[in-house]
Amino acid sequence: MSTDAKHAIARWLSRNSWVGPLVALLVLYALFAVMVPDTFPTAGNVRTMVRQTTVVGIAALGMTLVVILGGIDLSVGSTVALATVVIAYLLQAGAGPLAAALGGVLIAALCGLFNGVLITSLRVMPFIVTLGAMGIIRGAAKGLAHEQKIDAPVTWLNNLIAELPPGSKWQILPAGVWLLIILALAVSALLHYTRFGRHIFAVGSNEQTARLCGINVPGVKIAVYVISSALAGLAGIMQFSRLTVGDPTVASGLELDVIAAVVIGGGTLAGGEGSILGAIVGAMLMTEIKTGGTHLGLSNWVQEIITGVIIIVAVALDRLRHRRAGT
Amino acid sequence: MSGSRLHLTHVSKRFGPTVALDGVHLAIAAGEVHALVGENGAGKSTLMKILSGALAPDQGEVRLDGALFRPRDPLDARRHGVAMVYQELSLAPHLSVAENILLGAEPTRAGVVRRKERDARARHALAELDRTDIPLDARAGDLPIAVQQVVEIARSLAQSDTRVLILDEPTSSLSDHDVRRLFAAIRRLRDRGLSIIYISHVLEEVQAIADRFTVLRDGATVGTGAVEGTSSSDIVRQMSGRQLDELFPRSPHTPGETILEFADVAGIVKPDAASLTIRRGEVVGIGGLVGAGRTELLRVIFGLDPVRKGSVRVASWTGWAAPRRRLSQGVGFASEDRKAEGLALAMSVADNITLSKLAGLGPGPFVVPARQRAAAARWSDRLRVRCHDTSQKVRELSGGNQQKVAIARLLHHDVDVYLLDEPTRGIDVGSKTELYGLIDKLALAGKAVLLVSSYLPELLGICDRISVMHRGRLGPARPACELTEHAVLMEATGQA
Repeated sequence: MSTDAKHAIARWLSRNSWVGPLVALLVLYALFAVMVPDTFPTAGNVRTMVRQTTVVGIAALGMTLVVILGGIDLSVGSTVALATVVIAYLLQAGAGPLAAALGGVLIAALCGLFNGVLITSLRVMPFIVTLGAMGIIRGAAKGLAHEQKIDAPVTWLNNLIAELPPGSKWQILPAGVWLLIILALAVSALLHYTRFGRHIFAVGSNEQTARLCGINVPGVKIAVYVISSALAGLAGIMQFSRLTVGDPTVASGLELDVIAAVVIGGGTLAGGEGSILGAIVGAMLMTEIKTGGTHLGLSNWVQEIITGVIIIVAVALDRLRHRRAGT
Repeated sequence: MSGSRLHLTHVSKRFGPTVALDGVHLAIAAGEVHALVGENGAGKSTLMKILSGALAPDQGEVRLDGALFRPRDPLDARRHGVAMVYQELSLAPHLSVAENILLGAEPTRAGVVRRKERDARARHALAELDRTDIPLDARAGDLPIAVQQVVEIARSLAQSDTRVLILDEPTSSLSDHDVRRLFAAIRRLRDRGLSIIYISHVLEEVQAIADRFTVLRDGATVGTGAVEGTSSSDIVRQMSGRQLDELFPRSPHTPGETILEFADVAGIVKPDAASLTIRRGEVVGIGGLVGAGRTELLRVIFGLDPVRKGSVRVASWTGWAAPRRRLSQGVGFASEDRKAEGLALAMSVADNITLSKLAGLGPGPFVVPARQRAAAARWSDRLRVRCHDTSQKVRELSGGNQQKVAIARLLHHDVDVYLLDEPTRGIDVGSKTELYGLIDKLALAGKAVLLVSSYLPELLGICDRISVMHRGRLGPARPACELTEHAVLMEATGQA
């Protein structure tokens, strides 16, 4: 192969950070398929893995925006928990399922507004503000639920990411997974084909330049945290659907899985970089390792170590790729 | 040529298909200041990376005092006595001056730093530069750039027996006063027998400080000689084949209506009092020393820094405004600090050019990438930005091309008033000439340009009127034809 072609490939790879994780996802799939041929490579198992990725996947969409902006949101797990509690509370109070779900998303969006306004007005680092918010929101969820799980009447919300009943096989995937796919396409389009999306990249790449170009930097930041938390609220709907109750203690540590998915997918915490497709692939990769590990009969602790190694290797490879492309 | 301190023969280096160096010859004697000049892309930085140990040549040899010099890495090169002071300073901002000077080479006993000895050695290094006025316990990050640079040079003196000191664009952010002090230090080192390689775009400086010069063009040595008896225009011709008087293209400008007017403007610290009226079709220059408050004046007008008092009027709008409003009023600002402020380096050329005005590049809130690239390509072609295509990241471009991207943004926005802060700093002669031509064309098209520059030939060469700032106070604007470099300098230093 000529050096020109090699260079062109290196440049293409450096612009498409999702390629590496996707290759890893497929290679691991093949590996598990060979090692556990009876149970792993079945359509049912693939569907299960996709369903299990939905919560992290939807939250990772928002986190990708935040990471591209150069920020971070540690309060995602707490926001998901608060959303499940609010949904159960509203259902119990007699609200319809759609209204209850929207209520959860609205409360989550308010959490994002809280984060965004504090970050921009107090000029405190996002890490600190959202670390504080993580505690505040978790505490609010526990207070609202009186430190108990809140039972809710059975509605269609419970089936969003459940295995499809025999009569609904035409859907191929449960509604929640379709929602993830549609949202991913929408957020990706938002990033790449709208002014607001370019402004997010600009603020993350160089805030001074963004200001110089007349971009409303605080406005962009607040909007991104609101959108991100609203997406966490949607992830909360999926979490509620899986639990069928409101649980203020659920999704503890979820933010780290979400951040890991974004980082595996090519996001750098310095801002200005990140990929929606990459983040989804990153989330899938982590589910795949857990599921494959379980099928292989590996202990939980082994799976955790492997996931940790994958995160570090993914980011190290990403850096290497950047050096190759000379950027 | 035996007896050279540093002797390079046939040095070549390729990066993939790109030939960076193609048979460079360079001979530098002990006790000599040797200027290395050439346009951006001529191969200066690759050559310096080879000398400082960051790269190895593909062919050719480098001899240091007769012995083959093949450093494994920059540390090894330093140990052999070849030290480089980079354009971007590399001090640890939180450590003290003394700690920085001996960083990595601290005198210790049983692992404990011997402070007295460290301070003595640091003091000695500063004394060699005649800069004992710099406090050893000051935090490096709190010091002005000019002082940080001296500390950096002191570091290379204190840490090894430096025989060759390489200075890369050392004056790019210094005032004239600091440049004179730096030159005095360089001469002291030269008289002690050090060889100094001085890389600069500023030929006046080469004339002032260098004994000999070597010109690089397209990766090869195209000329070398004694500075004495060689004129700047000779050197420029060797660098690019152009004449010096072609540098400042200039047509008669006819001023139109007043478009920017400010009176008694004061910022929080600087400026103190600045009044000026600028009309369409005019290029107005602001001279003065670094730190006089010129940058701050532009920033206050553009709304980046807060205003303390004064009034401003842009066309029919009166009053202060944020950058967003200013842009919509047709005022654009190009920052002196391309990397930290002017450009989003990780974004593409197209994004950087169109960032301030994405509206109109798609329906509603959308941006159609093809239209964005086409809009950007229009300006990058016109300014001859050298890039693969407009989707290339700005970080990968040379300094001159980055500056063109920053200016192209203002062209894309189609502003009427161009606030340009040191637009030609650190870019090569060819790109400078192109920018001068562009500024001239803007004035002809009825735009107004307010230019801050520390480079006097440029101020006098392209401005219609010049106003000089001294300690935050802006003097009256006078026609450039009535001024000389000497007059501007006298006013800038408060002697007029």
